[in-house]
Amino acid sequence: MTLSCHDLLSVADLTDGDISALLETAASFKDISLRQIKKVPTLRGRTIVNLFLEPSTRTRTSFEIAGKRLSADVVNISGAGSALAKGECLKDTAKTIEAMNVDAVVLRHWSSGAAYKLAQYVEPPVINAGDGAHEHPTQALLDLLTMKDSLGDIAGAKVTIVGDISHSRVARSLIELLNRLKAIVTVVAPPMFLTPGIARLGCRISYSLDDELEGSDVLYLLRVQKERQSANMFPGFAEYTRMYGLTKERWARVSLRCKIMHPGPLNRGVEIDPDVADSLGSLINTQVTNGVAVRMAVLYLLIGGGAEHE
Amino acid sequence: MSKEKSEIRNQKSEKLLIAGGRVIDPASGTDKVADVKIEDGVIVKDFSARSAFETIDAKGLIVTPGLIDMHVHLREPGREDEETIETGAQAAAAGGFTTIACMPNTSPPIDNRSVLEYVTDKAVGAAVNVKVVAAITAGLAGERLSEMGDLANAGAVGFSDDGRPVANSALMRLALEYSKVFDLPIISHAEDIFLSKDGVMHEGFISTQLGLKGIPAAAEETMIARDIILAELTGARLHITHVSTAGGVALIRAGKLRGIKITADVTPHHLVLTDENLKGYDTNYKVNPPLRTQADNVALLEGLINGDLDAIVSDHAPHAAQEKEQEIEAAPFGAIGLQTTVPVLLTHLLSSHFDLPALIGKLTVGPAGILGLRAGTLGSGEAADITLIDPKAKLKIEPGYFLSKSRNSAFIGSDLVGSAKYTIVGGRIVFEAGGRSNEG
Repeated sequence: MTLSCHDLLSVADLTDGDISALLETAASFKDISLRQIKKVPTLRGRTIVNLFLEPSTRTRTSFEIAGKRLSADVVNISGAGSALAKGECLKDTAKTIEAMNVDAVVLRHWSSGAAYKLAQYVEPPVINAGDGAHEHPTQALLDLLTMKDSLGDIAGAKVTIVGDISHSRVARSLIELLNRLKAIVTVVAPPMFLTPGIARLGCRISYSLDDELEGSDVLYLLRVQKERQSANMFPGFAEYTRMYGLTKERWARVSLRCKIMHPGPLNRGVEIDPDVADSLGSLINTQVTNGVAVRMAVLYLLIGGGAEHE
Repeated sequence: MSKEKSEIRNQKSEKLLIAGGRVIDPASGTDKVADVKIEDGVIVKDFSARSAFETIDAKGLIVTPGLIDMHVHLREPGREDEETIETGAQAAAAGGFTTIACMPNTSPPIDNRSVLEYVTDKAVGAAVNVKVVAAITAGLAGERLSEMGDLANAGAVGFSDDGRPVANSALMRLALEYSKVFDLPIISHAEDIFLSKDGVMHEGFISTQLGLKGIPAAAEETMIARDIILAELTGARLHITHVSTAGGVALIRAGKLRGIKITADVTPHHLVLTDENLKGYDTNYKVNPPLRTQADNVALLEGLINGDLDAIVSDHAPHAAQEKEQEIEAAPFGAIGLQTTVPVLLTHLLSSHFDLPALIGKLTVGPAGILGLRAGTLGSGEAADITLIDPKAKLKIEPGYFLSKSRNSAFIGSDLVGSAKYTIVGGRIVFEAGGRSNEG
């Protein structure tokens, strides 16, 4: 089994068949991480480069662990400490990596579209691990897996995404995937955090979190991105918390079956109350666990095609 | 056109007959099959005495006044790796232009007489006439006026801080006031830099999809509105360059109706390309102002037809490959255009509402009037700056097509029909496409 696409740059690259293959494969990979010896030989002899040109803990670690659990050799390159810090351009970094005969490149980059550029420069598959404010396909896939496990069926589920959509690569990937699986998506944010035509991505828009609490099956909170100047677009974090934060009071109004999700890292006390983040309704840690399984599935289906995974 | 056979030339004949072409001279309302005669670099009614003359068989060709591009970037001094006055002029000749006006955002900028004279000295012997637009503010810094008087006396044809606006309204007012002394236009790059901050492309659904920071149409419209109001206040001549929005056209129309002295131009890429071209993140489509929407394309064309827009310019903006190959958010704005302007316009813009004489007017008498140039007509006694266009020449735009030092064209891969066949400057044939059959 393989994916229909050569690279994973955008969720638009995936057919419906690819999405179900990824989710099924990820589900079957989950138990590997629960064993004492957390390793299968599936990608033995393959080399994967994690090229992370923007700070990242969970995504980089998740891809690294995913590759290692499949026995691939994983090399991490970060912006600082690489030749890019000496002024090497992405093209030359790409060509250098390619010349070392690697089997896949996982890219995290600060600029939207950088994964497209990289894919033009190198032959091996490129996996977009987040490019600027554009897309973060593996995050959306792990979110989908998490929702599926928790809700059973995604079709008809009411997913409410709260926060700065304008800077969110997670939201762009997630809204599209949720639409493909026929979930009902509402985006809650002040207008400054919405860019033109957001609704055309396939969602309803609301300015009021209070109006959307009831009836939501999932509250998906986005991080207030301090480094992307979200802060300067809004009167301040305290006001954000009052208007759009998932406070204890708001959480008390939500139905018992409603789940909380967050792509991390959390700003505790800003978009989410610390106790609420640690409550039983929170799937935040499950998302992280599923992230490894989903990335194993992506690596396996993109570069391990044909190999038996057990 | 086979590029191998095309050449930059420097051939002068004392007498030259351009025979049997369709002569279009918008300044005099001419559109008929006729001969054009050149003697000693000047257009004449008849040759002086019976003696030998050379002939260009112009049957099937369009004979127009030499085309004028009043907005190009030649990068010299400072970025000679991207373009020089010599190579930019060659690209202009190959594109059918006989006169170009270069913008002052060089390094150092053209904000004083000595830099201006450096450019005009370098332009001696260039393939085409090179005019200079000088800086409005010293160092293009937007803080105090440049020595506009000295620059005007040294031959500047207008003033602009192109690439950036004069953000300070009081300073813009001063520039407009002072420009009246020289009767030269202030050329406005209309952009509110707060509204456009960090923007990469037009703000709309496509920028949302691509996750790129948008530049709203309002960034241009608010500045056009300000500048028109200041032009009314001062009575000076304001020229808005590279208008990209329907709203901008409407403001210009309204201002003209009120009798304010405004002129405006538009580029081929803003007329025929849209923000949809950015899908795929090709940095050759990253231009400033950004490519807008189809509705803007339509409004800009209507603006040309109605006379709201007076000229078409290439905004030829060469950039080094290694800079355009960067991430789209890091890559510089701009695309080259001298060699694609005429082919793109002939291929995509002509219709019964906007015919060839109307189009030629925007490339000749239009810009000549704005800059106060004695050029852009075929009247006898005028300098023999003439362009011969082959309306049927088929072009495939590939990187090797360009004579510019840079290759950052938004039209690479396009199939276009119609381009310059001969470019004649002061009676001298400076460009000939595809070689001549009677040669050899």
